[in-house]
Amino acid sequence: MTALPRKSPSAKGSHAKALSENPLKMSPALGASLAILGLEGSVPLLHGAQGCTAFGLVIMVRHFKEPIPIQTTAMSELTTILGGADNLEQAVLTLKSKLGPKVIGVCSTGLTATRGEDLAADLKRIAAEQAETLDGTRLIGIDTPDYAGGLEDGWSRAVTAMIDQVARPNPGPRDPKRIALLAGCHLSAGDIDELRDLAEAFGLEATVVPDLADSLDGHLPPAWPKTTPGGTRLQDIETLGAAGAVLALGRHMEPAARLLEDRTGCPALVLPNLTGLTESDRLVATLARLSGRPVPARLRRQRDRLRDTLLDAHFHTGDKGIAVAAEPDLLAALVGLVESLGARITAAVAPQSGPALEEIKAPVTIGDLGDLEDMVRAAPEPCHLIISHSHGRHPAQALGLPLLRAGFPQFDRIGAQHQVSVGYRGTQARVVELANLFIDHPGDH
Amino acid sequence: MSGALKRRVTQLQNEPTCPTSLAKSDADKRKGCAVRGLTPGAAAGGCAFDGAMITLQPVVDALHLIHGPIACLGNSWDNRHSGTTGPTLYRRGFTTDMSELDVIHGGEKRLWKALKQAIARHQPPAVFVYQTCVPGLIGDDIVAVCKEATERLGTPCIPVEAPGFIGSKNLGNKLAGQVLLDHVIGTREPDPELDPAGPTDVNLIAEYNVAGELAHVTPLFDALGIKLRTALTGDARFHRLQTAHHAKVNMVLCSHALFHVARHMEQRWGIPWFEGSFYGMAAIGHSLRHFARLLAEQGADPTLPARAEALIAEREAATKAALAPYMARIRGKKALLYTGGHKSWSVVSALQELGLEVIRTSVRKATETDKGRALELLDDDEDRLAGAIPNPELYRILKEGEADIMLSGGRSQFVALKAAAPWLDINQERHHTYAGYDGLITLARELDKALNSPVFPAARAAAPWDDDGNLLPEMGEPA
Repeated sequence: MTALPRKSPSAKGSHAKALSENPLKMSPALGASLAILGLEGSVPLLHGAQGCTAFGLVIMVRHFKEPIPIQTTAMSELTTILGGADNLEQAVLTLKSKLGPKVIGVCSTGLTATRGEDLAADLKRIAAEQAETLDGTRLIGIDTPDYAGGLEDGWSRAVTAMIDQVARPNPGPRDPKRIALLAGCHLSAGDIDELRDLAEAFGLEATVVPDLADSLDGHLPPAWPKTTPGGTRLQDIETLGAAGAVLALGRHMEPAARLLEDRTGCPALVLPNLTGLTESDRLVATLARLSGRPVPARLRRQRDRLRDTLLDAHFHTGDKGIAVAAEPDLLAALVGLVESLGARITAAVAPQSGPALEEIKAPVTIGDLGDLEDMVRAAPEPCHLIISHSHGRHPAQALGLPLLRAGFPQFDRIGAQHQVSVGYRGTQARVVELANLFIDHPGDH
Repeated sequence: MSGALKRRVTQLQNEPTCPTSLAKSDADKRKGCAVRGLTPGAAAGGCAFDGAMITLQPVVDALHLIHGPIACLGNSWDNRHSGTTGPTLYRRGFTTDMSELDVIHGGEKRLWKALKQAIARHQPPAVFVYQTCVPGLIGDDIVAVCKEATERLGTPCIPVEAPGFIGSKNLGNKLAGQVLLDHVIGTREPDPELDPAGPTDVNLIAEYNVAGELAHVTPLFDALGIKLRTALTGDARFHRLQTAHHAKVNMVLCSHALFHVARHMEQRWGIPWFEGSFYGMAAIGHSLRHFARLLAEQGADPTLPARAEALIAEREAATKAALAPYMARIRGKKALLYTGGHKSWSVVSALQELGLEVIRTSVRKATETDKGRALELLDDDEDRLAGAIPNPELYRILKEGEADIMLSGGRSQFVALKAAAPWLDINQERHHTYAGYDGLITLARELDKALNSPVFPAARAAAPWDDDGNLLPEMGEPA
């Protein structure tokens, strides 16, 4: 088929375009659900039609290759007209009796938000009226209408809601050995483990919110888990303000960190990006400063290895054209990494706006994988690689280019949740992967 | 929902040929297809929009445009394996990705612009436009936009009014079938030169070419001189689909949801139909015999039934020979079948042909006829028919070895794997085709691969330490 040129999309907002082709974007309720799955004993509940949950379930199962507890308030046309509070209450009580979760994370959808349901008020009433029945189960409400933002926004709002609705003011002294890590949606279970290990290397105990490394890391549990088999414990969020510091890992974690700082006085630091030599230096230096300890020899050795790998890699990565499409914080990390290797950015596409786009020097397009395909075709210099989530296979096939998968979802790969991209070791792993890809696919040079 | 849509839904829910509908009381009929099983907090399954996409998206050269906010397409596209032998436009995801402003001001303008852009860029033979909950709720009239677009842009734009909140996946299948009847089938005559209608033309209804399974069916047709006019809608081309009314026989596969399509085609164009399957030798034989008889009755070559018998005998003998080595390794293994509907019994029959013992089959979404057939295959043992089985119970059955393998859909895959038990995909997300004689051999090979994989004993092996990490006395000794 012949592709006609389209008007170039505006970088200001995605809605200049009426047609999205091969979407990059996913819904905020999906992002919020993912974040909720990082809490111990939790189940996300989407307040909408059953399809909203069914689609979310399938995409998460395909990525994690894990059972995913998630439920729906099963809104019908009639209940939408009459109001969804009864469905919401019934769903909460059913979940309580069937699964006995510690947390039910309720996300609104386009359907309930369009109708103007007041989720927060409804949940407050249900929690009060059913206090006895719901004893031991916390309700967390998150406003995630499908028509406002994307996956990263939903995740960000969910973590902010966790802090807002669970974290308590901190009257006592701060524990300097404890740090709070607010993990963005661009971090895998493997990344979280790596970060926890790094903190431990400085004698710091990290509370990670949300902690997908403890819930969706893909292990064989001894019995069937009805809710998430691990994750951040509620009591650790309640006392989060007692930590020595809170680190926002990713720009979209900044609102949650600032909220915790405002409420508890726990000092907030923002580490927008953890991939790359300089970025890893900043992370390690932060941990050294917070702990007051010297940088352990093993980390210094890791840094030397990364520097050596950068030298080995640059023969293969220099002047390669790379088109990247990802959620804003992940996009910033990936663009920064490939630029640091001497590669060119043929296209940088984000599904929606986000604070991390400020960190990117290359021009960013708000758009979809159709835009990415058009931009690669129109680029004056050759493009050699696409980096995106699994849907990137469509432009990759159409353009005859290799695809490096990053982020969520990766439904045509196993082990995506164990991929490590942060710190010296994670950066080194990604650099090696990229260079080897170019050795296999040198392109037309 | 508009008055017209409401009437359509009511009609579909009183389908005279649907055994599910017939089995209901009048009160239940009024409640419709969507009511059962929808408990807030304990519901599973897709919505009507999902069902409509399942039924229509396999039209491979059409453009499928989803009018709604990002969740409907962004979270769902590219998740099925309906195969194509040519065009790939159906695989691209198109959506209006409605914003908050569209919700306030209405999304019709955005839809119109999207249609204009999509048609200019891809020049498809037709566009299917899917309504979703949010534009349904704010009253976007996709029927009017489609009418206008069809007239002004010269490309058929077909409204698919099945927003998620009106019901289940099954209702969406039905509404999509009605869309085919109202807007597609019978809207074009076959080209007398390039694609003349013939005495052996047939359609396969509710065949979606999952994992390309038509490739195992059409060679059987070829061998008998039967011509597949079109599947509804696996690997279908829009213009060919428009000529589906020239088939001499319709076969409905695996889905009561599209009975009304076959019935309307019979009423309107006199096309006889039957219900059949291509899973297992018994079912394939049954289907081929039906085709041969019904075609011969309408003036096709009178030797067709005899030739069909000869082909069946020949292929069954060859298949049995090919199956023998696999059957030696899988015979007597115990299978738990967790699917529903027609597959509740048709897959039982295929598994039994392969020498497996089906310990239980789920008859969710199955009709009384389906249940009867399943029961007959399972020696009238009611205990072996199950409804919905909760995940913890599925886990226990597999963990404790009551079953050696589970066959189900992707949703319950990880129940089996967490119990370190073999699992095989039997639903629409699967990558292997089990239809036809060759498909049965594939099924045997896949069962053998799963049941006899060395990873299961490895994954089940106990660690050489106790729950606290202390080495067990007999372990850890130097060899």
